[in-house]
Amino acid sequence: MSMILDHITYEYGTGEALAVKALDDVSLSIEDGQFIGLVGHTGSGKSTLVQLLNGLLKPSAGTVFYNGKDINDHEYDRKALRGRVGLVFQYPEHQLFETTVFKDVCFGPKNLGLDQKDAELRAYEALKMTGLEDEYFYQSPFDLSGGQKRRVAIAGVLAMRPDVLVLDEPTAGLDPRGRDEILNLVSKLRRETGMTIILVSHSMDDVAEYVDKVIVLNKGKLIYYDIPEVVFSHAEELESMGLGVPQVTNIMKAMQKAGYPVRTNIITIEEACTEIMRIAGNKSHADHIS
Amino acid sequence: MIRDITLGQYYQTDSVIHRLDPRVKIAATFWFIVVLFIVNNVAGYLIAAVYLAGIIKISKVPFRFMMKGMKSIFVLLLITFVFNIFLTPGKVLLAWGVFHITMEGIILAIKMAVRLVFLIIGSSVMTLTTTPNNLTDGLEKLFQPLKLFRVPVHEVAMMMSIALRFIPILLEETDKIMKAQMARGADFESGNIIKRAVSLGALLEPLFISAFQRANDLAMAMEARCYRGGEGRTKMKPLIYKKADYKAYAVMTGYILISIVIGRILKINLPIGS
Repeated sequence: MSMILDHITYEYGTGEALAVKALDDVSLSIEDGQFIGLVGHTGSGKSTLVQLLNGLLKPSAGTVFYNGKDINDHEYDRKALRGRVGLVFQYPEHQLFETTVFKDVCFGPKNLGLDQKDAELRAYEALKMTGLEDEYFYQSPFDLSGGQKRRVAIAGVLAMRPDVLVLDEPTAGLDPRGRDEILNLVSKLRRETGMTIILVSHSMDDVAEYVDKVIVLNKGKLIYYDIPEVVFSHAEELESMGLGVPQVTNIMKAMQKAGYPVRTNIITIEEACTEIMRIAGNKSHADHIS
Repeated sequence: MIRDITLGQYYQTDSVIHRLDPRVKIAATFWFIVVLFIVNNVAGYLIAAVYLAGIIKISKVPFRFMMKGMKSIFVLLLITFVFNIFLTPGKVLLAWGVFHITMEGIILAIKMAVRLVFLIIGSSVMTLTTTPNNLTDGLEKLFQPLKLFRVPVHEVAMMMSIALRFIPILLEETDKIMKAQMARGADFESGNIIKRAVSLGALLEPLFISAFQRANDLAMAMEARCYRGGEGRTKMKPLIYKKADYKAYAVMTGYILISIVIGRILKINLPIGS
């Protein structure tokens, strides 16, 4: 068990007229090597939660444990923690600042105290992992496209070789192609490195296909924390939170309603194909419908 | 950390003060400051304190919230205080090398500190109870007569409202970039000055780039809506005085008169001042 949130509450603007509880008594644990999807509507507390994980925010109440240690303890080395728990913010391309892509990716490892050579080695490795072509390495990060910038920013965090990678809405504002590139990169990282990944999103479709478990937050409260099949079986509740279920699940539901005997606990396109093929093979039934 | 700066921020709630016409609040703040520098005895400052406390009470802005903004000017206050104490000539009370503290110095230092604190609290009452847009609307209207002297009143007001509008945005952006760089192990809080200045580059460069980007976007959006200055432009919510505004003017005038009479003309000299 690598990461535990124990009765976490986080309040913004304490003592003001507009004090808001961004997180309200959230408890959960995330095991090593898992791929977790964190979903919730805007303002549900997703971004607050991820900033608590690496000690950027301190909970108003409750404790965050990483590998059994309280990360908000006075003596805890939070700088080292940020190297272990890599957080890629929303629109991470805004944090790029160096003159070249390569230098920018070196920023993280250098902050961890590595010498030039090691930092460069890690930067090269990280950039390779994100699949950015070599020709861009010595260009200004500002000359790249949106999707490329984002990959550079992700590389900037990967270069610290974190054990846990947290991505806050990594696909926000990207076109479908950029979105696929980033999601493929994430699942590739997962396959090749086996690191724990926490993917924050408000799109169920982004999450459904890849993750082991889904965390659903609504108005600061933890609603579900389970495998996708179970979470998506609560379609109505999810819809009332403005979330909904993956599109394929909706299609299967519509088919069932129209009289086709399909299963509805389906969350990926592949599964849906198999299921539709299965009932299509049942010729007598198809005749009956038409 | 960075959001603790309350100067120039709006505190959202509903109170009589919040609903007042911005022109009233600007005038009241202006006269409050002028009076602060006219009165020169303890009674005058006490009246100012009571007046200010009353307004804060009515405004429903928590006093604690207002004091948060004072933290950021504490250094300025301290410098003024120290300079006044040491550099005012007069009856020497204490001397140590080139430094000497005088009675007049102490009195002046306290006086200036009180004035400064009142001045800042007084003006933050205005900004805390008036939205930036409202404030610039008020200024624009108040300075309208300057148009006769070819002062581009509307343009200045527009620039001000844009500048004010960008303060919270840039603060938020700073906070965000700071956190993003801290997530990459950046350290803005320790190390010597040179080290910190270097690490600030990682914050300032992205901040400037995004500020320019935003300015560009805004200019484009204004162009797209055919903005071409104040000529012939009407307001969605024109400023019109209501009953409460006249009452507020009356209260303000009363305060000015009382303060000047008691704080200046009547010589109520306390032993410390004589």
